[in-house]
Amino acid sequence: MSFHPEMEYAPAKFHRSERKLADVGEPFAFTPENQKTFDEIVTRYPPEQRKSAILYALYLAQRQQGYLTANAMAHVAQQIRCTTAEVEDVVSYYTMFYTKPVGKYVLNVCRTLSCALLGAERVTEELSARLGIKPGETDPTGTFTLIEAECLGACDRAPVVMVNDDWHERLRPEDCAAFIDDLAARGPAAFTGCHLKKEAK
Amino acid sequence: MAYEPVLTKFVGQPDSFTLAAYLRDQQGYEGLKKALALQPSDVIEQVKASGLRGRGGAGFPTGMKWQFVQKDTPKAKYICCNADESEPGTFKDHVLMERNPHLLIEGCAIACYAIGAKTAYIYIRGEFYHVQEHLEAAIAEAYAGGFLGKNIFGTGFDCDVYVHRGAGAYEAGEETALIESLEGKRAQPRLKPPFPAVAGLYQSPTAVNNVETLCNVPLIIKNGPEWFAAMGPEKNGGPKLYCISGHVKRPGVYEASMHTTLRELIFGEQFAQGMANGRSFKAVIPGGSSVPVLLEHQLDAPASFDGVQKAGSLLGSAGLIVLDDTTCMVWLAMNLLHFYRHESCGKCTPCREGGDWLYKLLQRVERGEGQPKDIDLLFGVASNIAGKTLCAFGDAAATPVLTTLKVFREEYEAHVREGRCTLPAEWRGRHAAHAHAH
Repeated sequence: MSFHPEMEYAPAKFHRSERKLADVGEPFAFTPENQKTFDEIVTRYPPEQRKSAILYALYLAQRQQGYLTANAMAHVAQQIRCTTAEVEDVVSYYTMFYTKPVGKYVLNVCRTLSCALLGAERVTEELSARLGIKPGETDPTGTFTLIEAECLGACDRAPVVMVNDDWHERLRPEDCAAFIDDLAARGPAAFTGCHLKKEAK
Repeated sequence: MAYEPVLTKFVGQPDSFTLAAYLRDQQGYEGLKKALALQPSDVIEQVKASGLRGRGGAGFPTGMKWQFVQKDTPKAKYICCNADESEPGTFKDHVLMERNPHLLIEGCAIACYAIGAKTAYIYIRGEFYHVQEHLEAAIAEAYAGGFLGKNIFGTGFDCDVYVHRGAGAYEAGEETALIESLEGKRAQPRLKPPFPAVAGLYQSPTAVNNVETLCNVPLIIKNGPEWFAAMGPEKNGGPKLYCISGHVKRPGVYEASMHTTLRELIFGEQFAQGMANGRSFKAVIPGGSSVPVLLEHQLDAPASFDGVQKAGSLLGSAGLIVLDDTTCMVWLAMNLLHFYRHESCGKCTPCREGGDWLYKLLQRVERGEGQPKDIDLLFGVASNIAGKTLCAFGDAAATPVLTTLKVFREEYEAHVREGRCTLPAEWRGRHAAHAHAH
């Protein structure tokens, strides 16, 4: 006999894990160039500390394939010489790794205070309306993914949007629709880029 | 007396990030040359004498941190530079790394020499990819110029500096979490002690320093600790970078001495130039999002570590987020708790669960669905997070709630009483969340 009282919730429902397994995906191995880069990066760390290169390896895999599949994670595990569980542990923690396909342009809209004070929530709304997708989704053509991000560290240029590895600064809500069209037409040339970099030119 | 910038004097020049410009304008790597002629312990003594305090947020004396690094050990020692600038409202290290990267590299090399390390890792946040490209190019230049690598200046001192890219985790800014992340794990803090000075990266003695802190080191060695200390109030010497954002006319990074008051920074002609759109000032969060708010009558405090603390807040990372009178403080707390809920690493229960509950409660109050008891409940939950977690994140997450409850309690009460935000509708419309709620 159990000492536990009858519980109101259904145990089956309560214990159901929300964890989703990553896509298995195509068979994966680093391209020769990526393999070379990785082998060089590993030498930055002490020989017994290969695991330090895990984030770098995941970035390489993600750049090669667009997102991280179970096969890609297994390959990274093999490279790092750790278990796939350890790789998944890391992937699931950091926000910059994607475990499902993303669009050609990933729009990370900063939503934290300094940007929000200048209308970042409206920016997300406008982008969302223009693209017809909710934050976290990719549009049907596979061109844009919209993500709400936390502070990107460009608060003086609010509201800021990170597009892939580059930035677009001071995106006002009223300019969002035009920005999307411009991005679709001109590609990366549509970004303002980081203002500090601009001064360098 | 006009203040002469030293960290950011040349950042506006088109070629400020190159080695040639650094050698030409800033007597580049003279500090390293001078340091290598001294004993490591003398370098630490000089940094101690300057009174340099950590620029990352805690304001801990850098010289002492280096002195604590265990000396008599066969293990390799490490310098970790914390470039995971993720505190909301903070963007100063970004400027230094992108426009004056050699100053940071020189600082890393001197720090390595001082504690007896041969390797420095610069842990940069993943979102700063374009900054990382600049920094890595600068490091390559420094190697080519003989300022890094083997046998620097023929003194037999070897030093390697590497950039390590993070992948989007606020928590990686905490020093032990940064070390965990550098070791290839989740960025979660460790139980202290042992402190990193004894068992840090790879369980070896490690010093973790902020970018701005390390950038000050070459200046101290070059110009002497007295010069540095004389730049600011007692125990708050040296140049300081202030990040001003929010409802001001001219947001940006400004360099000043710590004699400067908060009022000058917000309203001064050479700084942020006051409130934008003709609005009036409501409050300022003076040190990134994790510190208490200050009101108009508290602005005459000097923007130094001790000055801001005396006024009832903390200088933190010196990220001033300025708020005008259209800002709903319940919405503000909700926005920040969304951040803390998202960024909590999940290791300690009070922070992981409490942050989520605070956000849900704030959302309810903000929507006008709150009950009178929710206000006390918010206070209770927040008080049970602060001080009950492994790292300072818990306190940081509780602060926006506790400080707005303390200073703007009537706004919470009005939300509950009226069942809506009581600010005029056209102000509310600026934020989508408000527009939806009403």
